[in-house]
Amino acid sequence: MTIEQKQLQNKKSEQEQNNETIMQASHIKKYFPIKGGIFKHTIGHVKAVDDVSLSIKKGETLGLVGESGSGKSTLGRVLLRLLEPTEGEVIFEGKDISHLNNRKLRAYRKHMQIVFQDPFASLNSKMSVGELIEEPLLVQTSVSKPERKQMSVELLEKVGLRANDRAKYPHEFSGGQRQRISIARALALNPKFIICDEPVSALDVSIQAQVLNLMADLQEEYHLTYLFIAHDLSVVKHISDRVAVMYLGRIAELAPKEQLYQNPLHPYTKALLSSVPSTNVREKREKIKLSGDLPSPANPPSGCVFRTRCPMAHDRCISEIPALSEMEKGHFVACHLYE
Amino acid sequence: MKENPVLEVSNLKTYFYLENNFVARAVDGVDFTIHQGETLAIVGESGSGKSITSLSIMQLINKPGKIVDGTICLEGDNLLTKSSKQMTKIRGNDIAMIFQEPMTALNPVYTIGSQIVETIRKHKNLSKHAARERVIELLNLVGFPRAKEVMNEYPHQLSGGMRQRAMIAMAISCDPKLLIADEPSTALDVTIQAQILDLLMEMKERLNMSILLVTHDLGVVAEYADRVLVMYGGQIVEETTVEAIFEETKHPYTIGLLESLPSLEKEVKRLGAIKGSVPPAYLFPKGCRFADRCPHVMDQCRESNPELLSIAPTHKARCYLYELGGGHSHDNRAKTTAEQKI
Ligand SMILES: Nc1ncnc2c1ncn2[C@@H]1O[C@H](COP(=O)(O)OP(=O)(O)OP(=O)(O)O)[C@@H](O)[C@H]1O
Ligand code: SF4
Ligand code: SF4
Ligand SMILES: [Mg+2]
Repeated sequence: MTIEQKQLQNKKSEQEQNNETIMQASHIKKYFPIKGGIFKHTIGHVKAVDDVSLSIKKGETLGLVGESGSGKSTLGRVLLRLLEPTEGEVIFEGKDISHLNNRKLRAYRKHMQIVFQDPFASLNSKMSVGELIEEPLLVQTSVSKPERKQMSVELLEKVGLRANDRAKYPHEFSGGQRQRISIARALALNPKFIICDEPVSALDVSIQAQVLNLMADLQEEYHLTYLFIAHDLSVVKHISDRVAVMYLGRIAELAPKEQLYQNPLHPYTKALLSSVPSTNVREKREKIKLSGDLPSPANPPSGCVFRTRCPMAHDRCISEIPALSEMEKGHFVACHLYE
Repeated sequence: MKENPVLEVSNLKTYFYLENNFVARAVDGVDFTIHQGETLAIVGESGSGKSITSLSIMQLINKPGKIVDGTICLEGDNLLTKSSKQMTKIRGNDIAMIFQEPMTALNPVYTIGSQIVETIRKHKNLSKHAARERVIELLNLVGFPRAKEVMNEYPHQLSGGMRQRAMIAMAISCDPKLLIADEPSTALDVTIQAQILDLLMEMKERLNMSILLVTHDLGVVAEYADRVLVMYGGQIVEETTVEAIFEETKHPYTIGLLESLPSLEKEVKRLGAIKGSVPPAYLFPKGCRFADRCPHVMDQCRESNPELLSIAPTHKARCYLYELGGGHSHDNRAKTTAEQKI
């Protein structure tokens, strides 16, 4: 079977299951121990992800934004089960994969892929482009060598490269082209779900636009589901259907993108959106200035984690953690102002 | 403003001499002026020559790079004729620079306080005590409420945003006339980025400096610059006011850049990506350096490189579309065709 046929098959079965949840995360926590002292005892924990619940629908793009250190990548890695959650459940297509061992995970791995920010670091420089793209097929499937070759040629053409690029090495390509190679590699096993962890952040805008257009085309063609992690709010708005905003390991707000960008509710989302420099030279948006820095996730504030920078903070915010609650259909916010 | 040029760069060429006789023409004939109190932005993609232009002004170009031609005049005085000892004095005192990664300029083994005290005493005849007082004042000014404690902290103890504040304090410690800021906020998160850029602008007003702001972020340009240079392939391809660069965009490269940009305000189904990628600085084509990526390329563009010409009193562009008939009839040529394409 060629990739085309396989993908067609995939597409059909996916259309039947439209609007279904592909990924469900409930109360995910990921704490990393901090070791210290002469005996390297655990003296504390970095609460990288702290009680996050979300679901991702088949075929959609869920954007995940937040400042550096807010836990976006860690959450992505837990969902892919590259990391085991400290607490909580990861359900992929109805199966709990939270604590499966590596051998059992293998069956799921081919459905879930990741594309990283740095196409320089994430591609093995000693392998040719052909080998890079065919490696997952070699490891995970029993596809024959000539078939693998044919598939890698098809994939290269799909991502806008040429068949004879197979013989070249990553260093012979520009940043944008390397990102295309990473995408071809991620597509090789015909996955359903792809986590894109800052896939265009290292690229120049004109190249970033090429890669974003490519990702949108591939999503349509193969009915892919994306979790798109980025810190650039304009990029996330462009590519996403729904957007989640993270702050210090928690979700502050989650909504369909129109609602999130037009009617942000959480004080952090409001500040974040107002801080994005706008190319509109006529109308200047009023900026909401946040004082101070992101606190350390090793020692997060009590109550609402945003309270040390929140212009609306009040007494209750010190003692009580606000729950993520639904304000209007699909629009969730974690803030005491709305309770 | 116009009457008072602080820095005039003309025909600046900085080349890198690579192996196998390759020459990277990183900066290749750049002319511009920065006026008193002005914020001039240089925008362009990676490798367009923005950083090498600013490092050339500071004369911080190392082998295999070399400034091979041009003049760089600070208030009429050509810096390229100065000895390295004289330049050391000028750097920090008259022209200061801040970088994307403050750790490139801060020494990890000295406290913040001692580094700024050092800088001040190198340029100003102050006692140690007076210099310390001045540093506390500066740290307060750039937004450290606990300036006295920060004096004794090491760079790694500060967050990225705080380090950038410390860098700014150090850069303005000797009242420079010109501050060069190379991607000062790129490594920072947006809420912190806004704090840092606002701080820079506040310091500019207060100290009556001029700023050369190097950035790849057109949003930052729109919010903070007065005038803009767009660089491509080691050359300026468009130069104008901040309003005109967004509203009367002329050069096909600038137009492409703006269309590539997803925006918070408007929704587009597809982004107008520019095809291909930037040619490396040792392999520029003979003609227009943008020719391989340009949707309007003509035969002539492959033959020779257009000049940077004035097309309006405050607007220059390097493109044959605006040279052909000259003047107004071609004004919206590139733009309308680009729009039709979408
Ligand atoms: N040490 C060096 N040796 C050889 N070539 C160099 C060196 N430094 C810079 N160049 C070349 O000079 C050109 C301009 O580089 P420059 O750093 O000024 O770009 P830039 O516009 O600042 O890019 P970025 O946005 O990535 O910072 C590039 O083609 C680069 O490869
Ligand atoms: S809960 Fe309180 S501190 Fe947190 S965002 Fe809402 S108002 Fe601000
Ligand atoms: S000179 Fe020609 S190739 Fe260059 S930008 Fe203008 S139209 Fe395009
Ligand atoms: Mg640079």
